[in-house]
Amino acid sequence: MTATAAAPGRVPPSRTLAAHRPRARQRADRVAIVLFLAPALLLFIVLVLAPIALAATVSLFKWNGFVTSDPTLVGLDNFTRLLRDQVFVGDLRRGLTIIALSLVLQLPMALGLAMLLNQPLRGRSLYRLLFFAPYVLSEVTTAVLFRIVFSPEHGLATRTLAVVGLGDLGETWLADPDTVLFWVFVVISWKYFGFHMILYLAGRQNIPRELLEAATTDGANAWQAFRHVTLPLLGPTIRISVFLSVIGAIQLFDMVWVLTGGGPVHASEVMAVTMYRFGFERFEVGYASAMSIVMFLISLVFALLYQRFVMRRDIEGALTVMGGQR
Amino acid sequence: MTSRTHLSRRSLLSLAGAGVGAALLGACGDGGTPSDPTAPQTIDWWHIQTTEPLKPLWAALAKEYETAHSNVKINITDQENDAFKKKLTTVTQAGNPPSLFQSWGGGVLKQQVDAGLVKDLTEETSSWIGELTPIALEQYTVDGRIYAIPWDMGMVGFWYNKELFERAGITSTPATWGELLDAVRKLKSAGITPIALGGKDKWPGHFYWSYLAIRIAGVDALKQAAADKNFDNPDFVAAGQRLKELVDLQPFQTGFLGAGYEETDSQASTMGNGQAAMELMGQWAPSVQAAWSASKKGIGDKLGFFPFPAVEGGKGAVTDAFGGGNGFAVGKDAPPATVDFLRSIVSAANQRRAAETGAILPVNKAALDAVRDPNAKLVAKTFASATGFQLYLDQAFAPAVGEQVNDSVAELIAGRKSPEQVTKDITAAAQNT
Repeated sequence: MTATAAAPGRVPPSRTLAAHRPRARQRADRVAIVLFLAPALLLFIVLVLAPIALAATVSLFKWNGFVTSDPTLVGLDNFTRLLRDQVFVGDLRRGLTIIALSLVLQLPMALGLAMLLNQPLRGRSLYRLLFFAPYVLSEVTTAVLFRIVFSPEHGLATRTLAVVGLGDLGETWLADPDTVLFWVFVVISWKYFGFHMILYLAGRQNIPRELLEAATTDGANAWQAFRHVTLPLLGPTIRISVFLSVIGAIQLFDMVWVLTGGGPVHASEVMAVTMYRFGFERFEVGYASAMSIVMFLISLVFALLYQRFVMRRDIEGALTVMGGQR
Repeated sequence: MTSRTHLSRRSLLSLAGAGVGAALLGACGDGGTPSDPTAPQTIDWWHIQTTEPLKPLWAALAKEYETAHSNVKINITDQENDAFKKKLTTVTQAGNPPSLFQSWGGGVLKQQVDAGLVKDLTEETSSWIGELTPIALEQYTVDGRIYAIPWDMGMVGFWYNKELFERAGITSTPATWGELLDAVRKLKSAGITPIALGGKDKWPGHFYWSYLAIRIAGVDALKQAAADKNFDNPDFVAAGQRLKELVDLQPFQTGFLGAGYEETDSQASTMGNGQAAMELMGQWAPSVQAAWSASKKGIGDKLGFFPFPAVEGGKGAVTDAFGGGNGFAVGKDAPPATVDFLRSIVSAANQRRAAETGAILPVNKAALDAVRDPNAKLVAKTFASATGFQLYLDQAFAPAVGEQVNDSVAELIAGRKSPEQVTKDITAAAQNT
């Protein structure tokens, strides 16, 4: 990691490159920076910051969303209402459940498959392709597909169970409030495990063969080599994969919307679905905006904390070092 | 308590410090409308007839109008019910409604009227509005002004499979709630699924609670509750309790909570394939059953209709009707030919063509003779002699309240909410608006 050598403190300020540059050159650099940065910055302001500011403002109002009707200022009422809203509080619980299931089931499965597909194996690339294929489908396509698979009477899942004599078990896949969230998770996993698998596979291939050979020479068995060499070296990959998985769960919308619409009786509803319902079905745009702000804050706080405490070492090398100063 | 101040739209948007956002929203606003009916113009027509027989008929009407008026082009966007509602929401909120679009009147239309998004049609239609059945106009009239024109009318009632009723030994259609519950028990013991319900879509379920509320509390009580924003009334709780009696018999098809109204394995297909004995649905039910059945024909003349039964001791008359027709509203920026085209849709000749398909009950009085199907005739007769009328609650009330009715009733049907909780939640939603 070359970045550590350039970390502030190691290099005395007087010896940095910038100090040696003539002033005119410095100014030209600044102009170039501004010119290159301006278009991106403008887009960022228009497409990211402005909508956030707008949503934050709207969240303080009661407003039906029609540009022709006047909003009423209600202060933080929308936010206190969120805390009392059983559906929204349930959304948080369901979001956490999906995250927990992802971490406990989906990611380890992807890791296991990645390790297997790293072994010499006949048709290895075919398997890799097959497992990765679902990720290429859009969420909506996936959801429509699984609505057909889980269709109560004529669905593939029900029919398959019937063939093996377990017909009574099925039929209520997405219709039972107690199990619907699990099946939604299964569909999410089906779509995304291949993506995580490819991440792990790429990470695994970056691990020098010599290290594993050395471990084997030292008498480590396969499990010990995996536990003490492969796994620690996969750390950065695993940390980024967990990060993507959690952020994905917070933003989950399309899949749930098409698959179940959040039902039955809110049992598979997630934050973004509730937000959509209030914004676009009930015309309570102020309240929906308050939800979007909470979602934004949850993502932001999680991302900051995660990067600060979990991914700190992984991203150190990735940050641009400018003139020896961060 | 926070103080409630009114702010104009402009000051809110500028307050956001997001002039760009405002510009983006504003850009969706006006497109400039020609006022000359002979100038080249395009009518954007959004309707929800995505299946036979109305979809091709609507397309034919547009084509014919284009041929007769070379300066007019008609762009049709046809979408399934729920998709339409969502897309319409987006464009109406941006202040940019289509020229001509599906409307059910009621609270949703009123909200569009209040926001200045739809045209007042009272004057422009006065020369021919008399051709239409007056009761059908009621749901589109806001403060005495007409904002949408009906092209279909009707009511919700039970559609039943005569053969399955016979097989279960049910000799006459249920006239009271008790008799309905008996019929359900008989059907169940005969191994027949008594009722098809699309629980995922929620609105089909709200018909049950609404009709029970109408029978027990009466139409006026519902209207009063909406005006007072208070549904905390023992009669509405009783409606929930009656519904719970039905739900406790487990009358619905397997997996009904995940089924939609119209798709494969839905309420309509279950009825159309003869796999359930009845459904509570509006006048369009036979054509949708046919469209989603495996044979594309539905159950044909095995299908019968009976009005929602009376509830013992209820204040509402058994002749009070619940439901509504379909109409078209005209967007604020619609080109001038739109109303003329709308007039051609509801002309006697075209209403007769639509009625002959069996998919609608015509509102043009001169076209009523085109209704041939005995069930449709029965619906028309029952509707015409209705002593009171209540529009679908999810259309009659403001969207926030209507959606809460749908949500809460769905939870009651899923056994997750008590009848008391349902009225409490609806009241809370009403008071929030």
